[in-house]
Amino acid sequence: MKIAVVRFPGSNCDADALAAAQSAGADATFVWHRSTDLGGADVVVLPGGFCYGDYLRPGAIARFSPVMRAVAAHAAAGRPVLGICNGFQVLCEAQLLPGALVRNDGLSFVCRMVTVRVESDATPFTARYHPGQLLRMPVAHGDGRYVADEATLDRLEREERVVFRYVGGNPNGAMRDIAGITNEARNVVGLMPHPERAAETLLGSNDGAAMFALAAVAAGV
Amino acid sequence: MSRFRARVRVMPRPSILDPQGQAVSHALGELGFGGVADVRVGRTVELLLDAATADLARDGALKMCERLLANPVTEDYVLETVEPVA
Repeated sequence: MKIAVVRFPGSNCDADALAAAQSAGADATFVWHRSTDLGGADVVVLPGGFCYGDYLRPGAIARFSPVMRAVAAHAAAGRPVLGICNGFQVLCEAQLLPGALVRNDGLSFVCRMVTVRVESDATPFTARYHPGQLLRMPVAHGDGRYVADEATLDRLEREERVVFRYVGGNPNGAMRDIAGITNEARNVVGLMPHPERAAETLLGSNDGAAMFALAAVAAGV
Repeated sequence: MSRFRARVRVMPRPSILDPQGQAVSHALGELGFGGVADVRVGRTVELLLDAATADLARDGALKMCERLLANPVTEDYVLETVEPVA
């Protein structure tokens, strides 16, 4: 299985995402944001960071990078796309996921371990988990408060598209404690916590490692 | 072609919590300013546009707002002025 990790100017979790994908047995490579193709990758990861300095809004400028056309086509073809933290913000700005991520309600940058509950195993990235499973992963963001209008939130809940929810404390004021969501086709997932920073027990948790082990995709399912 | 200065004001939607505005409101209170009922912080974007007419400059600026300058999920925008630049 080939995983492409997109690098934007200002990405800073790209190497961690690559390492997590490689540890999971994937053939992982970086793809520069100016690239117009994904090098035949099966899975695309948009990593964390502060692309374009978060100017205007986090993800607002990155979404117009040339590579995002290829990412949108990849998503439209039903193939897996994972956005982590800044990558989640880019996916929302690109309207590949609904809603937006705005300034944390407490204003401070939060950088700590959180617990999230897996709400859905019906995505390529959560197939190895089970609903109700609790995962410990770090968050590190200033703009992680998920917001959407009530109709969108109700729809996400009704269609079981909330993938992760904060439990035991909401670090940013996200509406309905939402930490991660998926699109209608369930192939695009965005989340604020960092599974790639929780992919080795040495780092305090390896709960995120399974998110990069996409055996079903490798088998062509 | 003429040159126009367009000014766009982008504000967080009233329904969206504005923690930045709240922090400024709190700081104003600390400084002894009374009677501050609410503060909201947005941004102003100034564009210098080359276009044949002011209307075309305006149309262009509005398209830019829709596509990039404001996020329709969380922000409202107003195109405040389109003025010719001498």
